[in-house]
Amino acid sequence: MQEYLIIIISAVLINNIVLSQFLGICPFLGVSKKLSSSLGMGGAVSFVLVLSGAITWLVRHYILVPFDIGYMQTVAFILIIASLVQFVEMVMRKFTPPLYKALGIYLPLITTNCAVLGVAIINIQKDFSFGRAMVHSLSHAAGFTLALVLMSGIRERMEDADIPESMQGTPIALLIAALMSISFLGFSGLI
Amino acid sequence: MTLMQEFTKGIIKENPLFRLVLGTCPALAVTTSVENGIGMGAAFTGVLLASNIVISAMRSIIPASVRIPAYVVIIASFVTMIDQLMHAFTPSLYKALGIFIPLIVVNCIILGRAEAFASRNSIIPSIMDALGMGLGFTIALAAVSTFREVLGAGTFLGIQVLPESIPAILMILPPGGFITLGCLLALLNKLQKKYTW
Repeated sequence: MQEYLIIIISAVLINNIVLSQFLGICPFLGVSKKLSSSLGMGGAVSFVLVLSGAITWLVRHYILVPFDIGYMQTVAFILIIASLVQFVEMVMRKFTPPLYKALGIYLPLITTNCAVLGVAIINIQKDFSFGRAMVHSLSHAAGFTLALVLMSGIRERMEDADIPESMQGTPIALLIAALMSISFLGFSGLI
Repeated sequence: MTLMQEFTKGIIKENPLFRLVLGTCPALAVTTSVENGIGMGAAFTGVLLASNIVISAMRSIIPASVRIPAYVVIIASFVTMIDQLMHAFTPSLYKALGIFIPLIVVNCIILGRAEAFASRNSIIPSIMDALGMGLGFTIALAAVSTFREVLGAGTFLGIQVLPESIPAILMILPPGGFITLGCLLALLNKLQKKYTW
């Protein structure tokens, strides 16, 4: 139990996937202008991240390792993620139209989100058991959503601020991220 | 456009990192030292060059409806090759870049060039395009990592350039990446307004 708690705290706060591991910066900068869209993106990424974490783990341990083709990992994982995103999109459209409407536009973007492939690879690199890999994926998904929601809260308020012309857009967003990242450094003493 | 223009556009006018703000994940993560920055740039250029050549050569064979999965498989195969080569020949760089070598596969620049350029042009222009974009990305990574290494560790390519009391370790920690890239982008915006290139 304690072990799982350590994984959760370290993934959500200390090694936050966006602010300290730099995975998934594109959606973090691109989709964080409004709170509602950042919640949508966070939800869609979390969903795919946890599902792909489970499937890639199973494929790695029951197909790639027994057949001794571990070097095919990158190719296999990206194909799994790409087809999973397609599949999730189709299932959602058929069975949960309201959810599809809410997340729909974000789903195709997820294939090229490095957070999804990144977490799948970290799960394998750290040699996690299935349970731990699941907890690890879930907490990284939560960390991603947390960073995105915090960022959009700040950026909504920046709308009215008087920002120098050359700082507008991405530069100021990167500096906000720097300040958030500094404050997340403070969590490193937690464990 | 002449071949030379295809080459130079990636360096300044359409620099993937500074002008188009693509590929930010590796640009922030591996730029803690100049050596890592250039190593990442070289690996990236290798994959981009190989994938641009193959995709351009196969552009009339790949059906339009499955082109994206096909591109992804081609790119992933070259990433796997680079990954294995670096593991064998540059073990220390391989360790420093870590997870970001396999993650080249989801770098939006490579898929972007495949879709926007290699799938519509013949092989020679595609090679020039890949070399220019690769060099532009490498220069951008080298610029970011120069600021971070000099200000954060006081060294340049491992050589001490600042006295040991000056460097702020923050610059090689994660926040330093965001600060450096943010300031560089703002500076370039400012310069661009003054001198339109």
